[in-house]
Amino acid sequence: MTSLTGTVALSRFILRRDRVRILIWMVSLVTLAALTTVGIEGLFPTQAALDQTAAATAHNAAMIAFNGAPQGLNTVGGQVAFQFGAMGMVLVALMSIFMLGRLTRGEEEAGRLEVVRSLPVGLHANTLAATLTVAAMNLIVGGLTAAVLIAQGLPAAGSVTFGVSLILVGLFFGGVALLVAQVTESTRVVYGAAGAVLGTAYLLRAIGDIGDGTVSWLSPIGVAQKARPFADERWWPLLLLVAVTVLLVVAATALAVRRDLGAGLVAARPGPPSAAPWLGHPLGLAFRLQRGSLLGWGAGVLVIGIAYGWIGPTIDTFIGQNKAIADMFSAGGGSLTDSYFAASFRLMALIATGFAIGSAMRVRNEETSMRADLVLATPVSRWRFAASHLALACAGSVALLAVAGLATGLTYGLAGGGMHDVPRLFVAALVYAPAMWIMVGLVIALDGLVPRLVGVTWAILVACVLEGFLGAVLGLPRWLSDLSPFERVPQLPAASLTLLPLVVMSAVAAGLTLIGLIGLRRRDIARI
Amino acid sequence: MVNAISTSGLTKNFGSTRALDGLDLSVKAGEVHGFLGPNGSGKTTTIRVLLGLLRADSGDVELLGKDPWRDAVELHRRLAYVPGDVSLWPNLTGGEVIDLFGRLRGDFNRPRRDELLERFQLDPTKKTGSYSKGNRQKVALVAGLASDAEMLILDEPTSGLDPLMEAVFQDCIREVKAQGRTVLLSSHILAEVEALCDRLSIIRLGRTVETGTLDELRHLTRTSITAETAHPAQGLADLEGIHDLEIDGAHVRFEVDTDHLEPAVRRLAEFGVRSLVSHPPSLEELFLRHYGDELAQEPERVDRERDTTPLPRR
Repeated sequence: MTSLTGTVALSRFILRRDRVRILIWMVSLVTLAALTTVGIEGLFPTQAALDQTAAATAHNAAMIAFNGAPQGLNTVGGQVAFQFGAMGMVLVALMSIFMLGRLTRGEEEAGRLEVVRSLPVGLHANTLAATLTVAAMNLIVGGLTAAVLIAQGLPAAGSVTFGVSLILVGLFFGGVALLVAQVTESTRVVYGAAGAVLGTAYLLRAIGDIGDGTVSWLSPIGVAQKARPFADERWWPLLLLVAVTVLLVVAATALAVRRDLGAGLVAARPGPPSAAPWLGHPLGLAFRLQRGSLLGWGAGVLVIGIAYGWIGPTIDTFIGQNKAIADMFSAGGGSLTDSYFAASFRLMALIATGFAIGSAMRVRNEETSMRADLVLATPVSRWRFAASHLALACAGSVALLAVAGLATGLTYGLAGGGMHDVPRLFVAALVYAPAMWIMVGLVIALDGLVPRLVGVTWAILVACVLEGFLGAVLGLPRWLSDLSPFERVPQLPAASLTLLPLVVMSAVAAGLTLIGLIGLRRRDIARI
Repeated sequence: MVNAISTSGLTKNFGSTRALDGLDLSVKAGEVHGFLGPNGSGKTTTIRVLLGLLRADSGDVELLGKDPWRDAVELHRRLAYVPGDVSLWPNLTGGEVIDLFGRLRGDFNRPRRDELLERFQLDPTKKTGSYSKGNRQKVALVAGLASDAEMLILDEPTSGLDPLMEAVFQDCIREVKAQGRTVLLSSHILAEVEALCDRLSIIRLGRTVETGTLDELRHLTRTSITAETAHPAQGLADLEGIHDLEIDGAHVRFEVDTDHLEPAVRRLAEFGVRSLVSHPPSLEELFLRHYGDELAQEPERVDRERDTTPLPRR
């Protein structure tokens, strides 16, 4: 097997190079699983509490859409699988996608793999080394999660089933990333395409679980949940995941031997010989560079909006069957449907913030890639250079929220919810703009003052996502939750619109941006 | 004559490494000025200070009578820059990038751009991600040369060009010079510097060690000669200015001070020259010869910015 020569050495190299990244992924995922378990045990101290929540959740379409089909909810284990399962699977999938995309296509795109391949190293050695590393990460995360659950006193069979389903979903999306990495030349596109598969998997599961569950079989996340951890486990759905993952890896290998190093299967086409008239100022350049990414995120938000809008009308019929529970939920203010939409928009805003951060991060990337030198050597000031990327990040955020609001509202209307809610839902999406601008401001403030730490913004976004979805379960103190800008947004349409927090957040965002721009103007333009 | 660029006592530190250590540089308006120095000697750092990308720790810098840090935007209307390591947006075409830079600078000249594309034989429809190093450099060169800027700052602009394109580049710079524009040309190609530059400055370890016209610096250059003769060559060692002579039967190799080239060639001819290769020493050879002793005595210095900086992580 000369095509595998060097695999061991390359695996060691990956472990050395990415040791911090690998550890952070694994430690944070396992810690999160442990905290969730402890939190749930605290949240439902008695069997009566569990029974009560199980009965309520069975009729809560919103929670089902976000978390999965209700199964075994009158046990602590079942609650852990319900509250943490879908989110945990999305996180391990992201871990696999980012690690494998970066270690395979990323290395190739950067030209580093060329140097490695000029050594006595086999054709598949780097891919195999990367795959083994990521597979080991998934095994460790899944294995430790199972161990933590057992240590917390949960049934062994359910804990192991849950751990294994995390492992298999992680491996499945590793396979997806491997396959996509063969087809395209750009690492960005690998992340985008594999991310789209992940989003689709999450939505198909939501749609299936709201219905009779059939559609969920099309989703790897849905299939993994069909193994029913802590609710009469069955193993065979997991075998289905194994089979498809093997097929993905085989297909990726077959494609890999058919292409040149550095090339994709889709060849780059010639482009325009001269620039369009609008590509003549920094804002035009920022738009040209981010157009593809904006369209990709826009398509993603559109699909999610359509799916959540489509589920919308079923929320009330679900609950209609049980008057007592409906009253219980509406007591918090607004109808259950409104709470559902509020949660949906928060999720879509958090997802769209991925675009906002990536877009603002362009300022830094342009600098480290030395392309900023060329632009700044023309009569373009640093402020104009940075501000054009930031303007695009902020305007793009609003555009994505508008798409989310309109897609959700219109689909909800068409699906039977009535068109009169469209403006209300549109505004409910747009109120998240100032929170997204704060994240943009954070990026540029870090960039201006401590450019090395600009990536921390991603960790802050992850913290906001966890706070939003597991905050109650984790029992976070109020002051900590309140640090998340998304927590300060009025939860429309369930709550009423208050302008003060939006104005304050916009001012904070503007302040951060100003600090960043001043810092950027005072420091050296450097490559590190 | 007015100085287009003048720096005195320029220093710049990156952490504990000193990249510029009291650098003096003066470039007169309308001249082509060669800027030479070994890797890591501070050429690129100097240029980035001149462009206002870095702020000098101390010393004076003046570019076209202005402060490059404070008046960057205003100055950049009047200059064009070509880096040695051209990094472009991989999904834009060469044509798009050239037009973009022309418009950003505000003096976009389409006919000249098309003429330069023709002369440099660059396909503007290709995505820059698929260009070789040389072709990326051509993009930056076409963009820079198509401008009316009164000053060109070129940082090893031809390190990726083939000899044909090198000739085109030299023609272009001669035209620029004929128009009375100023050029600062950092380069490792001594022949290029000799062909184009009126004056040059040599820097080492962040300090200017030689500056003057080519004739003034000619004493630095030696030509190396490799020849095959019909009869074994004799008597070369007696000539003035001959160094490192090696004779192996019909094969002769030596280096000769350029001032003493003629007697050496004449002596060779007496033995029936069958083949003759002569070339100027590389800059590194020159530096090793002149500074080798000093270099050996100095504690090992970490190379500056360009060499200490890891590749961008993404």
